[in-house]
Amino acid sequence: MIANYGYKDGSGEYYISIDTDKCIGCAAERACLTACPKQMFEIITDDYDDEVAWIKKPNCRTLSYDCADCKPSGGYTSLPCITACTPGAIKHSW
Amino acid sequence: MITAGIDMGSRSIKVVLLEELNVDGAPQLKYGVKKVHIMMPGDLDQDVAADKAYDEALAAAGLKRDDVKVVFATGAGRKQVGFATEGITEMTAGAKGAVYMYPQARTVVDVGAEEGRGMKTDGEGRAIDFAGNEKCAAGAGSFAEAMSRALQMTLKEFGEASLQSDKSIPMNAQCTVFAESEVVSLIHSSTPKNDIAKAVLDAVASRVCAMVRRVGIEGEVVLIGGMVHNAGFVQSLKVAMGVDQISLPDMPEYISALGCALIAADRQH
Repeated sequence: MIANYGYKDGSGEYYISIDTDKCIGCAAERACLTACPKQMFEIITDDYDDEVAWIKKPNCRTLSYDCADCKPSGGYTSLPCITACTPGAIKHSW
Repeated sequence: MITAGIDMGSRSIKVVLLEELNVDGAPQLKYGVKKVHIMMPGDLDQDVAADKAYDEALAAAGLKRDDVKVVFATGAGRKQVGFATEGITEMTAGAKGAVYMYPQARTVVDVGAEEGRGMKTDGEGRAIDFAGNEKCAAGAGSFAEAMSRALQMTLKEFGEASLQSDKSIPMNAQCTVFAESEVVSLIHSSTPKNDIAKAVLDAVASRVCAMVRRVGIEGEVVLIGGMVHNAGFVQSLKVAMGVDQISLPDMPEYISALGCALIAADRQH
């Protein structure tokens, strides 16, 4: 399942998409958990009993602010979560 | 075998009791009892409200708690249903229920009181892609309700008034609170109520449509949730999505509870 967490508001569309099929038996050993400086990711058991990553609820409402530090304006050339997720499950919409 | 699905929404609790019957050796599903319990201010204790709604549904069906093999809960308050065996997300429950009602459905739009979401599903009713708006209620029923109050109309009148308008007035505010001030400005500028109603419902539809477009529009589109009862919103959504037909179940607010009961039944095999 491709799960889109986030929102759209007057300033833009802020979604983090997680392809949860790629989380099953994660080849990166759940590197997203430690890669995110804000520790926004956590592992849950989904409705189909698979252990997958998701974005913590409070962060879903504040993504444009939470992720701002990791964007190019914050000095990063690539997003730590996307770099750490070698199976390529994580995408940002902005 | 009887299973129960409880959709613990922010405004109302929906209960579906599902009975699996063996007809000539082949299992068939029959859902015959539905019960909605509108949460009143006195029901702020959600777990008590869930108990009350479930007992009302059982009484209506002439059943006891022991007759029900398993209870699954969904909805924003699913964790408050203490007697539920398992909780499942609104996406999984909504997709399952919608595909049960409309086997060709591949795009499911769920617009309830506090949240709206778009889902893509496979033929088995398994959600394969979803998007919601986690930030505010501007793409959901409570927004339309607040605006109808500002216009001193019932929700039914509000939806019907919208259908009488052919004007497109853009509403820029993304937040219910600011949008209400836009509505007040439109009232002060003597804009007809019909046009304001359409502007509001177009705005809700546009926000819902943005979520659906994120997952993509494919196959038959089914709209579930309480906003199905608002004819003006359905029309605005059709236009926003650019589709000729949106399938509307008879009892749209029960579809997630039905999906929940179906999943509960599936897991007993």
